[in-house]
Amino acid sequence: MEDLVRIRDLTVRFHTYEGVVYAIDDLDLDIRQGETLGIVGETGSGKTMTALAILRLIPYPGRIESGSIVFFDKGLRSELELLKLSEDKMRSIRGCKISMVFQEPGSALNPVYTIGDQISEVYLLHQRQELGRQAKRRIDSLLGNGGTLAASIKRPFWRWQSRLYNKIAEGSNPLEPRILSHIPLFRRLLWRLKDEAGLLTVSMLKDVEIPDPDRVAGRYPHELSGGMKQRAVIAMALACSPELLIADEPTTSLDVTIQAQMLELFRRIKADRGASVLFITHNLGVAAEVCDRVAVMYAGRLCEVAGVEEIFLHPMHPYTKALLEAVPMPGKELQTIPGALADAFNPPPGCRFHPRCPSAMPTCQHERPKLKEVAKDHMVACYLY
Amino acid sequence: MDTLVDIRRLKKHFPILGGVLRRPVGAVKAVDGVSLAIKRGQWLGLVGESGCGKTTLAKTLIRLWKPTSGHIYFDVPDVVKAEIEMLESQDKNGSKLNSLLKENDLGTFSSSRVRSFHRRAQLVHQDPFTSLNPRMKIKNIVAEPLKIHHVLSGHAVETAVEELLDKVGLSSGQLERYPHQFSGGQRQRIAIARALATKPEFIAFDEPTSALDVSVQAQILNLLKDLKREFGLTYLYITHELLIAESVCDYIAVMYVGKVVEMGKPEEIFHTPRHPYSQSLIAATPVPDPTRRVGRIVLPGEVPSPANPPPGCHFNPRCSRASDECREFEPELKLISNDHYVACFYPL
Repeated sequence: MEDLVRIRDLTVRFHTYEGVVYAIDDLDLDIRQGETLGIVGETGSGKTMTALAILRLIPYPGRIESGSIVFFDKGLRSELELLKLSEDKMRSIRGCKISMVFQEPGSALNPVYTIGDQISEVYLLHQRQELGRQAKRRIDSLLGNGGTLAASIKRPFWRWQSRLYNKIAEGSNPLEPRILSHIPLFRRLLWRLKDEAGLLTVSMLKDVEIPDPDRVAGRYPHELSGGMKQRAVIAMALACSPELLIADEPTTSLDVTIQAQMLELFRRIKADRGASVLFITHNLGVAAEVCDRVAVMYAGRLCEVAGVEEIFLHPMHPYTKALLEAVPMPGKELQTIPGALADAFNPPPGCRFHPRCPSAMPTCQHERPKLKEVAKDHMVACYLY
Repeated sequence: MDTLVDIRRLKKHFPILGGVLRRPVGAVKAVDGVSLAIKRGQWLGLVGESGCGKTTLAKTLIRLWKPTSGHIYFDVPDVVKAEIEMLESQDKNGSKLNSLLKENDLGTFSSSRVRSFHRRAQLVHQDPFTSLNPRMKIKNIVAEPLKIHHVLSGHAVETAVEELLDKVGLSSGQLERYPHQFSGGQRQRIAIARALATKPEFIAFDEPTSALDVSVQAQILNLLKDLKREFGLTYLYITHELLIAESVCDYIAVMYVGKVVEMGKPEEIFHTPRHPYSQSLIAATPVPDPTRRVGRIVLPGEVPSPANPPPGCHFNPRCSRASDECREFEPELKLISNDHYVACFYPL
């Protein structure tokens, strides 16, 4: 399978007053076309930072220090180096080619706009030309029929509108509509764009199985339940049919039965659209349910990457093993991992897991294990192999 | 084993105020007629989704809130409970019934009696980041219950605090620190040490591990196991994670919109669930085993609001087996096999 995203030597550091936090340290990861890649790990292991680095949204004082993230654009059939793109170019990719679903649906939505407005915004920003084409088609059909008096009075206005929307549909950034959109009141003349976006929004909401999408589009976030909000956020992320959907703990704040609905939805989305999904979670059960491949992270580094069955049935890295043992399962003694998570400011040298590792060797203390392929499609960073 | 905590037909309703005069226009029926018995030394798991009234039940049981109606008996002999039941059914002898209730029913206790009751029963809250006062040192946090209940005084308090922290796996060198200097797991340990301070017989845990990572969660659960064995404690453990309930609890109650829908031993609940809700809840739980992906039941719809629950069985709009009977009448919790109770007209 082709790679969609290729991350190489990615290093992200946070320069804080207390010191430098090594959030991500030399990360190599591939996301293949049409797969669901899960990233699992505990709090502070750098899962979310990896996702934010792909979108170049690392918050201050964090910085991408080095590395490369190559994104293969299917539409343009070319490779893009995301870390070298201009901010403008990056903005045209965010939410369009690569989109993200955030952890807390309550805080991901703006409380003062309706759900419909917020999803329409995606279309208005990224698919203006398409909307212009749709609007022109609608006006042309109006021009074509109807010989009533009202229609004949409005006809010159329609002709002008048709020309206007044609410009939007053709040009990358035509002057006339641009001027119009900056003048209060006059920008209302472009209302058809918003209408078209509204129609697309409703069909998108229907697609994520929201009952009664027409009504929900007019609702404010506080009027919806957690599961509905998450569906709306997913609809927003899917609006432009992204090639990569990043889901950052999308089910953590939801109930078990709603979580099951959400996982079903993710599976269907992937099957219908063939998009790749980067699924970040700390719940190993959820990862086992939805992912094709799983990457395990610890303290900013990858421990193990393998197919989902491989990693759950034959884990190799001591951390993966310990993590699986720590999940409560009936009829099994709970195993704990000794010690605490690595200190972010002052991580242990060598393998970051060695102070807690039951099979640590002298080499682990000062030399960093490289990720290597020990079985087919099974990469482990450990000196045991 | 004798019964330590006995809840009978407990209700806790929160009024919804409306209009200019702020009069009650409705009620959120958070806990709506729950009967539950916890035996001495038992680890009872209470599972359910958010908004089903788990936390309200625990807080009412510990008497942080006054129940709307129903009885809570804590360590009351069966004879007395039977007498109260009898007097209630006869509907006379008002003064005798009242004096008996005042003496035995936690729900009618005065605040000073409730305070002395808190020496015997404690609550550990869900979020260790908000349940500890950020301006108090750890030693003061853990010592506070000792001072309030006048258990110890002077120098004895300090040694007791050190002992308690040692019990939960923290060193005495951390006594002078503040809560923000600890990680989530350590904070939860502090909260547990505080709950243990007065040597209670009963502790209610309100999702103590939901804010913690998997490996830390395992540490806390093992700690709870050890403490229970050492002090002979009785636990009420609230969780929404069924895997935890199944692996640690002795007895399980499943709640749905203010009511207990099924109770039984974990083996029975998880392998032969009899209520359709428990069945789909178990089937919806993700298990870290990719070979077990099949057989998931995805429930349609969402949990109804406890302010306006559907008539009849609260689960009927989402249930595949619902009939007209379910839409009209509420099923009672019935014993169907050894220690296994189900509230359903058509148990599986």
